[in-house]
Amino acid sequence: MKKLNGIRLDHRKNTEACVTVDMPLPEKLVIPMSMSMGAPCQPLVKVGDEVKVGQKIGDTDAAFSSPVHSGVSGKVTAITEYRTAMGAVCKAVEITPDGEQTVSEEVVPPEVTDKAGFIKAVRASGACGLGGAGFPTHIKLNPKTPIDTLIINAAECEPYITADYREMMESPEDIIGGINLVKTQLGIKFAKLAIEANKPEAIKNFTEMAANDDTIDIVTLPSSYPQGAEKVIIYNTTGRIVKEGELPSDEGVIVLNVSTCAFLYRYINTGMPLTKRRLTVDGNAVGEPKNVRAVIGTPFRDVLNFCKTDLDKVKKIIAGGPMMGMSIPDVDMPVVKTSNALLAIKNFDERKTSACIRCGRCVRVCPLGLMPAEIDKAYKIRDIEELKALKVMLCMNCGSCTYVCPANRKLAETNQLAKMLIPRK
Amino acid sequence: MNKLIVSPSPHDENYTKTSGIMLNVIIALLPAWGVACYMFGLRVVTLTAVCISCCVIFEYLCRRMMKRDNTITDLSAVVTGLILAMNLPVTLPYWMAVIGAFVAIVIVKQLFGGLGQNFANPAITARIVLMVSFPSAMTNWIKARDYDYDAVSSATPLVLEKNGADTPSYLDLFLGNTGGCLGETCALALLIGGLYLAARKIISLAAPVSFIGSLALLTWVSGGDPLYHILAGGVFLGAFFMATDYATTPITFKGKIVFGLGCGIITFVIRQYGSYPEGVSFSILLMNVLTPYIEQLTRTKVFGAKEEEAK
Repeated sequence: MKKLNGIRLDHRKNTEACVTVDMPLPEKLVIPMSMSMGAPCQPLVKVGDEVKVGQKIGDTDAAFSSPVHSGVSGKVTAITEYRTAMGAVCKAVEITPDGEQTVSEEVVPPEVTDKAGFIKAVRASGACGLGGAGFPTHIKLNPKTPIDTLIINAAECEPYITADYREMMESPEDIIGGINLVKTQLGIKFAKLAIEANKPEAIKNFTEMAANDDTIDIVTLPSSYPQGAEKVIIYNTTGRIVKEGELPSDEGVIVLNVSTCAFLYRYINTGMPLTKRRLTVDGNAVGEPKNVRAVIGTPFRDVLNFCKTDLDKVKKIIAGGPMMGMSIPDVDMPVVKTSNALLAIKNFDERKTSACIRCGRCVRVCPLGLMPAEIDKAYKIRDIEELKALKVMLCMNCGSCTYVCPANRKLAETNQLAKMLIPRK
Repeated sequence: MNKLIVSPSPHDENYTKTSGIMLNVIIALLPAWGVACYMFGLRVVTLTAVCISCCVIFEYLCRRMMKRDNTITDLSAVVTGLILAMNLPVTLPYWMAVIGAFVAIVIVKQLFGGLGQNFANPAITARIVLMVSFPSAMTNWIKARDYDYDAVSSATPLVLEKNGADTPSYLDLFLGNTGGCLGETCALALLIGGLYLAARKIISLAAPVSFIGSLALLTWVSGGDPLYHILAGGVFLGAFFMATDYATTPITFKGKIVFGLGCGIITFVIRQYGSYPEGVSFSILLMNVLTPYIEQLTRTKVFGAKEEEAK
């Protein structure tokens, strides 16, 4: 089997031993109506309404979407226009907690009798990919083609982030429970739990737990970035290649993030929707790097203060990892469903971009075998046919090319810009 | 609180810079340059100084006149100057070295857009221009360790072989104890430098191996002495330091192999059938010209890409 390219990164998993701590409730929550891929929700509450923990506060008729719930009991104080880190505008519900944390009567374990009921329950849970992409889980679990293998993505290949690792260390039973749940409900024969080699303890634990179960395989992924990318993890666990324009389900696989998987298990048992999540707080401006469990809607400012961050010195805040995370413009933006990490960085200096020296490093590292240097050249002259021939549409923006470029060229960014030139069919 | 910086991912970078790569190339050339100093004396130092300083000055002036960023800090002009010096006989008049530097930096490099944009190797082209313009000055060889710059008598090993004269031993060739351009004689030192670059992952050994390998094979098949032919002349300097130049050779592994094979074949043909005793420079220059075509034919295969539908 051909080995895919990758890069060695400094793992900086400083928080891997940090047991998750619960954040105190913030004074105010801002819950955006768009936190996953798909259509934004419309608020189901008005200013002045009382809400309870687990109550649904936003939904839409669109199928490709996921509903939004409140993680606190309290009062809706405002409904505002909100701009997400992606730049989209949606409504956001502002809630002032009353501190009682009264649980809503909506929160009851769902009754699941068949596959359709399971998919309905998954949608009602508000679940989406917790690894960062935020793909609605009920869509992913309801493919048109038959599935024979469930891949649980526990690669967590980005530096700093240990949120999934803590899930594996703190609630391994929920993960195994979630795997069996999804397998049974969807009639999938095999599951593979894929963990990157830099987490030996998790690999050991799960190998022991699954020792008597020959339908669950624990796969050790090489320690090279990006193992967690969907096409890469599918290839490295099953040898299957997801071709251009195909979905993983076309190759008979579904890839589910490990924390999402554990969440599904808890939801089916408790009925508590997705209102809290674990995130790693780290970066050189953070005084006490931690893994925290925060109510979705908690402003990043509260999270950073909780981790003793000197906000005056912070120059960049990244939601997600340093390779694919998004730098955010405002410290008062809230924790959303996809916030797996929050990095606060000081003293970083932007190097100047210089001419391409054609060293070929970008070509050597691209996991998909693209040629970023050539794409850069074709983009400069807006050669759309050439960009198509270079398959720029396949770029998944893992950032490896920009990372290794000695001339500091923003190759991954150029790839995204180049995609925009190609007319969609 | 500061204004937050917002930029596209990734937010991290590794710390290899263009200047770091160039510095490594300079380090890799030092063993061979040191041997040259020992074999050919102090004039090596002054000739190198002339080449490097002229390259840097031309680069600075050129960028200034073209109203472009000053690029001398990327050290690429220093590398060009050093490699150019390595390609000259030690007795070459300084003013000719200045012309070489002018050709390399101004004509070959900057007029085509500067670093990374030139299609031909600057040092090689400068060597060829000097060789065609000043054939006798460019073939004035002195005996190694004689340090007598007036006693111009010694011929290079390849000339000796061509004329059927006594040839130096393999050991002398390997250690550089022969006549020749100042940086090309000591195969051992060049090999150390090349392997250093490969170990630091600055260069790939694909082109050097296919270059040296194909030359040796062809020489052997045609009844020549393969070991003599790879140790004599500019093969090691060319293979490790010029056939691996980023700007003027293909990017992909397959492309590098093709490039090396082409260099080996052309060098063999020139040495065997041409009137020049040495063919390394011409072979690299000719392959430089072919590089864009090699690139077109040796692109990487994209993971999961579907074949282009017929138009």
